[in-house]
Amino acid sequence: MHELAITEGIMNAAVPAAESAGAKKILEIRLKIGELSGVLPEYIQYYFNIISKGTVAEGAKLVSQTIPVQIKCPDCGFEGPINRKKIRCPDCGGTHFKITAGREYFVDSLEVE
Amino acid sequence: MEIKVVKQILEWNEDVSREVSETLKDHKVIMINVMGSPGAGRTSLIKRIINRLSGEYRIAVIEGDIAGTIDAKAIDEMGIPVVQLQTDGACHIEAMSVQNMLPMFDLDNIDVILVENIGNLVCPAEFNIGEDVRVSILSIPEGDDKVEKYPLMFTLTDAIILNKYDMLQYFDFDEMRVRRNAEDINPDAEIFAMSAKDGNLENDFIEWLKERINEKIRG
Repeated sequence: MHELAITEGIMNAAVPAAESAGAKKILEIRLKIGELSGVLPEYIQYYFNIISKGTVAEGAKLVSQTIPVQIKCPDCGFEGPINRKKIRCPDCGGTHFKITAGREYFVDSLEVE
Repeated sequence: MEIKVVKQILEWNEDVSREVSETLKDHKVIMINVMGSPGAGRTSLIKRIINRLSGEYRIAVIEGDIAGTIDAKAIDEMGIPVVQLQTDGACHIEAMSVQNMLPMFDLDNIDVILVENIGNLVCPAEFNIGEDVRVSILSIPEGDDKVEKYPLMFTLTDAIILNKYDMLQYFDFDEMRVRRNAEDINPDAEIFAMSAKDGNLENDFIEWLKERINEKIRG
């Protein structure tokens, strides 16, 4: 239910960046979405089509790439991606790790003309 | 032409959440975010925490609701400072709302702020509000599949409360299924059985909570 706020966040990140680069039109917005973020890109495109009307972002396609959950394990030193369905260190089975990636979601880059 | 942007989409919520957290740290106040479905027992849990701990700690409450002030009135009648936060339709509480509420409290005379989030197993989990501790309630009548169906709520939490535990005998609720699935997605979370009908059940949770509170306000 807060996809609209997320979509506005995407507009706020993308439009000023495109304008300051002198772009006339944004063709594509590339998002990186963490597996633990709960963001559903397919819904966002729908809202985006509505609120981008009349801006440089109108007609832009949202393309998202998933960021896997990553951890850093203090017990064995493992650093890397893990299966989100089995949240523990894949090397030593430790559970006192820090989640270092997978919660974040951001606008990574734009394709403009 | 490609333009590199790299900008957090809900950056403002994370920024404000950090500010709230800093403010609370300065005043040595711990904030506990209580989440769960409508009817899971969030208000009852908050009342029980107040009953057990208001002699030892100075407690305040932020009551999040989509509409109305029913819960805030109940807390107010217990003599506890309470602010009603009406989200007016929104499905979760955001850090900005909490930040706006903090000036309504005398933070130098408060140890613990309990926040009752909106009844929802989805959105509240996605928004940090500057809290120190997250508590997620799952009540027995809701069913034993909720950890699998709403993983984020139970992944990003410090304690899972199996509430209405006295109802276990009336429902086909496989407690081991919940514990197994919670262990898979959040091995560090503590799991506590609780029931409003049996005050003894809550002792472990209260002790655990006291440890967390003492770490923050006396640390």
